[in-house]
Amino acid sequence: MDLIKVNNITKRFTGHTALDNVSLTIPEGKIYGLLGPNGAGKTTLIRIINHITAPDEGEVWFGDHRLTADDVNQMGYLPEERGLYKKMRVGEQAIFFARLKGMSRHDAQMQLKQWFERFGISDWWGRKVEELSKGMAQKVQFIVTVLHRPRLLIFDEPFSGFDPINAELLKQEILRLRDEGATVIFSTHNMESVEALCENITLINRSHNILSGNVHDIRTCMGKDHYKLSFQGVPAALLSALGDRVTDHKVSDAVVTENGPQFDAEFTLAPDVQLRDFIATDNGAVDLVSFERALPSMNEIFIRTVEQANAADGAKAGADTATPTI
Amino acid sequence: MKSNIGIIISREFSERVSKKSFLITTILMPILMLGLMVAPALLMQFSSPSQSTIAVIDESGIVTPRLASDSAAMEFLTVRPTTAPIDSVIASEDYDGVLFIGSDIVDNPSNAALYMHEASSMEMELAVNSAIEDAVRDARLRAYNIENLPQILDEVDVSVNVSTLRINDDGDRESVSSMLSMMIGLFMTFVLYMFLLIYGQMVMTSIIEEKSNRVLELVVSSVKPVQLMMGKIIGVGLVAVVQVTIWAVLLCLMSAFLLPAVMPADVAAQVSMASAGSLDMATVDDAEMVQSLAMLTSVWFILKLMGFMLLFLIGGFLFYASMFAALGSAVDNIQDASQLTSFVTIPIILAIICSVSVGNDPNGALAFWTSMIPFTSPMVMLARIPFDIASWQIWLSLGILYVSFVFMAWFSGKIYRVGIFMYGKKPTIKDLYHWARYK
Repeated sequence: MDLIKVNNITKRFTGHTALDNVSLTIPEGKIYGLLGPNGAGKTTLIRIINHITAPDEGEVWFGDHRLTADDVNQMGYLPEERGLYKKMRVGEQAIFFARLKGMSRHDAQMQLKQWFERFGISDWWGRKVEELSKGMAQKVQFIVTVLHRPRLLIFDEPFSGFDPINAELLKQEILRLRDEGATVIFSTHNMESVEALCENITLINRSHNILSGNVHDIRTCMGKDHYKLSFQGVPAALLSALGDRVTDHKVSDAVVTENGPQFDAEFTLAPDVQLRDFIATDNGAVDLVSFERALPSMNEIFIRTVEQANAADGAKAGADTATPTI
Repeated sequence: MKSNIGIIISREFSERVSKKSFLITTILMPILMLGLMVAPALLMQFSSPSQSTIAVIDESGIVTPRLASDSAAMEFLTVRPTTAPIDSVIASEDYDGVLFIGSDIVDNPSNAALYMHEASSMEMELAVNSAIEDAVRDARLRAYNIENLPQILDEVDVSVNVSTLRINDDGDRESVSSMLSMMIGLFMTFVLYMFLLIYGQMVMTSIIEEKSNRVLELVVSSVKPVQLMMGKIIGVGLVAVVQVTIWAVLLCLMSAFLLPAVMPADVAAQVSMASAGSLDMATVDDAEMVQSLAMLTSVWFILKLMGFMLLFLIGGFLFYASMFAALGSAVDNIQDASQLTSFVTIPIILAIICSVSVGNDPNGALAFWTSMIPFTSPMVMLARIPFDIASWQIWLSLGILYVSFVFMAWFSGKIYRVGIFMYGKKPTIKDLYHWARYK
């Protein structure tokens, strides 16, 4: 079942369009990555899902109904720019935010005590936020975000500002929340964490949705003509045998193994070349040790997709400006 | 979501009221104000007016006796008649100045001059002038050779004390003092002015703070921006109301118990007669004071003033705080705000200026219209209320003020919900107008 459906959303500000006809579907109980370069329109999209701003066109569905103001009680949002009331005491402040999400004072207090114990920060309760370090305040804000057990959690760069130990603690908490049934929207520039956590992603670039789907499917699809192999033999012989069957190649230096020197190589197949033909050629030229499909990293996919999209935009823009001269 | 505005209000209110500074200002302000009012009077009491010694060359011979017997003039002057030539007297260091009276002063009253080494005081000049006037008038009257002139003059001389009674809505008569009305009006206007500026800016800085430390994004993920704005305005407004109420209660207690307790018995009797409208003012030495005291000890009068003051304070605060809120949402830091705030503070200052002129003509056109326009009405109306103006005007003014607040809050809300997400560039008034027009 899908928790969030974004249908053809457009949002304009004076001078620019932040989102242009963007659609996406976020399945329930999974972690969904929202990726894109700075200024692509991610924050605007998050604010629309959060019911902070309204789209100019299009609609958002929350479960089985159009998104309403009351639905925000089932959401928890950790903004990229963290901030709490500096003069307010930690405990009072956490209760204040919990009450805004519809919890009773009593409930909030009970739950908070448990969270504070789990994070080992019980003695911060009566301290003012301005006395805490940045990392400490972020822990408090994380608890505030998840305290009311929201169905939808929105994390914008949750790991920034955390040391590796606390980042790992946070990651485990996020996974635990997902296992308990929460849906997570995860916006980040850290592609390794996307590979580790996200089931599905959407890549937004220049206010357009340029890539959406399951992370594994995307990587497999992007790595369709991309293969990784290890072999023993003469690399030059392999390259000359392959000729123009491959468009791109990368061969490592010799690695000494117990069976003698061995090479790792990556190839991108030229269009129309059959996989069977490629393997036969390899086998003829060298002794294959292993052969597999090379899955590109999310990092590569991000860069490649965004560059392609920008190039296409540029070509379109170039064509537009060139037209009058004809 | 609906009850969230209550949570916002309670946070804003309790955060401020629980501060030590609130308690201190609430207690210290009345003491400070009292001190400010009493201090000049005390200073006057203890500093005697400076005495000047002047030489008088009186060629006519009629002014010097007058001057020497004038009790008002004696406070500032020591008169030394002389017949020395004027130039040598002026050159002499023994005198602070020289008064020259020409021999034909009766026919030519301008033939008199006062030479001073240092600046003379206005009171001294007035005393000298009136002494000369009196002397000339007496001399001219005497020229008619009327019989029994001194007796006639004595009989003609009267001292008038008009007792001002105002007929209130119930047809009863109340003793009032215009002087005191004006002072009370100005006092309330000034208190309101302070409240609008201090608490209005409090709303603004608190919004700027939320924006600059980025807690705002977290709050608006649970509360509609407009609710947050209104919650903040109402929360801060409640703090102001609590503070004024505490002061009002103190004032009423003072009016009901403290003033009657410290009044001398005979004055108290006169005051209670004046309150009942049955006092013959001619029998009282200082009618103005008795009337003032009669007003001040009328608890109902004070209660009415405080009631209206509270209503105008709330209305004026809501109206102005909405504007301050819109400005606060538009900027990232206090420095950027200072330029924009002049758009809000100038009308407040204008209102103070209008209020001062209202005392001269509480029912004039300027007073009427400025007490209807919401930008100036809270303060100008407060200056007028002690003059017991028609109550329909007060209620109309209140009505306009509250309706204007609703409109202003709606307009500011439109700016606010865009402004809080704008960082970086310092906006202009034109930008704010554009934001208000976003869908």
